[in-house]
Amino acid sequence: MKTTGYHFQQKHILGIHHLSPDDIAFILRTADSFKEISTRTIKKVPTLRGRTIVNLFFEPSTRTRLSFEIAAKRMSADTFNVTASTSSATKGETLIDTARNIAAMKPDIIILRHSFSGAPELLTRYIDAAVINAGDGTHEHPSQSLLDMMTVQEHKGRLAGLKIAIIGDILHSRVAHSNILGFTRMGARVFVYGPATLIPRDLAELGATVCASLAEAVTEADVVMTLRIQKERQSDPLLPSLREYAQKYGVTRKVMDWARPDAIVMHPGPINRGVELMADVADGPRSVILDQVTNGVAVRMALLYLVMGNS
Amino acid sequence: MTTSWLFENGRIIDPRRGIDRPGSLLIVDGVIAAEGTAVPSEARRIDAAGCWLVPGLIDMHVHLREPGQEYKEDVVSGTRAAAAGGFTGVACMPNTRPVNDCRAVTVQILERARQGYARVYPVGAISKGSRGEQLAEYGEMKDAGVVAVSDDGVPVLDSQLMRRALEYAGDHHLAVISHSEEVALSRHGVMNEGLTATRMGLMGIPTAAEAIMVYREIALAEYTGRPVHVAHVSTAMATELIRSAKARGVRVTAETAPHYFTLTEEAVQGYNTNAKMNPPLRTEADRQAIRQGLADGTFDAIATDHAPHSQLEKEVEFDLAANGIIGLETAVPLTLALVREGVIGPGRFVELLSVNPARILGVPGGTLSPDSSADLTVINPELAFVYTRESVVSKSKNSPFLGWNLQGRAVMTMVAGRQTFTLNR
Repeated sequence: MKTTGYHFQQKHILGIHHLSPDDIAFILRTADSFKEISTRTIKKVPTLRGRTIVNLFFEPSTRTRLSFEIAAKRMSADTFNVTASTSSATKGETLIDTARNIAAMKPDIIILRHSFSGAPELLTRYIDAAVINAGDGTHEHPSQSLLDMMTVQEHKGRLAGLKIAIIGDILHSRVAHSNILGFTRMGARVFVYGPATLIPRDLAELGATVCASLAEAVTEADVVMTLRIQKERQSDPLLPSLREYAQKYGVTRKVMDWARPDAIVMHPGPINRGVELMADVADGPRSVILDQVTNGVAVRMALLYLVMGNS
Repeated sequence: MTTSWLFENGRIIDPRRGIDRPGSLLIVDGVIAAEGTAVPSEARRIDAAGCWLVPGLIDMHVHLREPGQEYKEDVVSGTRAAAAGGFTGVACMPNTRPVNDCRAVTVQILERARQGYARVYPVGAISKGSRGEQLAEYGEMKDAGVVAVSDDGVPVLDSQLMRRALEYAGDHHLAVISHSEEVALSRHGVMNEGLTATRMGLMGIPTAAEAIMVYREIALAEYTGRPVHVAHVSTAMATELIRSAKARGVRVTAETAPHYFTLTEEAVQGYNTNAKMNPPLRTEADRQAIRQGLADGTFDAIATDHAPHSQLEKEVEFDLAANGIIGLETAVPLTLALVREGVIGPGRFVELLSVNPARILGVPGGTLSPDSSADLTVINPELAFVYTRESVVSKSKNSPFLGWNLQGRAVMTMVAGRQTFTLNR
């Protein structure tokens, strides 16, 4: 790998916000070199043998947790899963106490998923282990953004100059937030669209173009990324119905006709088929959704490897 | 203990009498003496060169946490912090446990205050239990010693209840203090809505949540003809509403807090729970509007909203952290910064922190006129210091100003001629 004058210096992976374009490019190159391991018959390298990795998940997750666990095991690390509910944490032990107790057992890396923004950063102030943010509240989901960038780069050969359309619930999406930061940092142009109730205030100041229509966002796009619409939102009238959402904001084949002919379709999953993304698009030739999942393992292997290199 | 003092070579600032001049101040037996009075032999002489001699400062908005949350603060520790900050009187909000909505709680607070270091003016609840349903018994609370009513911390959502509170409180000569917040707009938020919240992935509280409720209070005050006092104003929108209401003669008064004219939402960065409060820190435009409002008379008072919380409430995820910061020991230096920056003059400093709080609450103080009780704050406006965690007098340490270099502070505080604080150097 070309490393002239550059050293990856992040102890933790808290968010794309903390990563420079050089960091991102280096992570993507590292991930690319690890990808081949997952195609072997014996999918295991000894790189992280003897390392202890704790998956500390305070929020339900299937694919992110599994992806991190597979990544760790393919690097020969010892992995342990802890699932706790945030509600029990609010009643009993605090996050800091939980983390300190786990830290006392000397893990090398704690991978944290938490429903409150900033929880990983809080953790770093109280423990020595490296912390990888596996999604915090509506803040960031850096490994997802990195795997998205890796997938786009694979299909497009570059990130700079591309038009990326992100459609849907931007307000509650840590994926959208990380991707706006990541793609713009790498020279792509990010266009977002969704119901005004789901667009956070002052979003444009993060570097994204907030569009007035679905057509404006998708026209000539190289990448169309849709986001999951959450069905349950307590006491805040954000949408009249999922039915209307699908009609007015859902990505259909017709919508995809506005995009470039070689445009790809992405979704961080899990998909509400027929709501934000129609089944024929999700399963169609332009969909790279399963490539995203495959690349997720490689990106997470790279993150584990790189933070260990700095410990 | 002597209660006779002679402060020499100070700068006497007493805006109620239009005084701002060098001079000496004589206190005899706990009372301000008239000029020309003979200095008693037992009077202690203090060289006040370089210091301001001002009427005792009154913080019209604090939380003393007693009864019920004495691990955060109590009447004695809170008034000790008040004295250290230069305050001779504090009005304590009723959101204790139990809520101060009746004589028994008021009496308990005042009983404890006898061991305290400042005059304590309890504020009773607007509604029973601050539940926003029925009026509390204002007459009986007034007899027990409350000076105002407020459901601070939990806004009065029912407009009819607020209207009745204004009317009924008027009968009992109690000020009504409004915590102005439209909860439907603010309930999901944990900081100001805007760029920083978007960046940090935190749900926002719009400025409109404050403005809407401030306008309701103005409309009710205008309609009923009764006065209303708006607490802890944080936004440019609400400042403008108050300014225009005053211009047309509505009986509205308002306070803001030092953090709103000193900090912006950016202080929250790093998920700093010591910058989490309600209303939240706003933008630079709001901060400038608050400063303008302090300069032009829109605001009548600066109050700290001193809200002690322990590490249990603050060393947690930002969403879960309690709202509020301590403020009694930083109000003087932060307000003096406004004087140094030319936003307000020394006379206005005293009006905001002493004269007007006394007037709005209808309590004694706010002047150094002869024969008034010697409630006095001696301020060295130049004295520089670092505000450290170790130096905090309050039981709780939840301040966003820890580690700041501050300038100017009270060096002596006195209630009725009795020293309640002297800076040890």
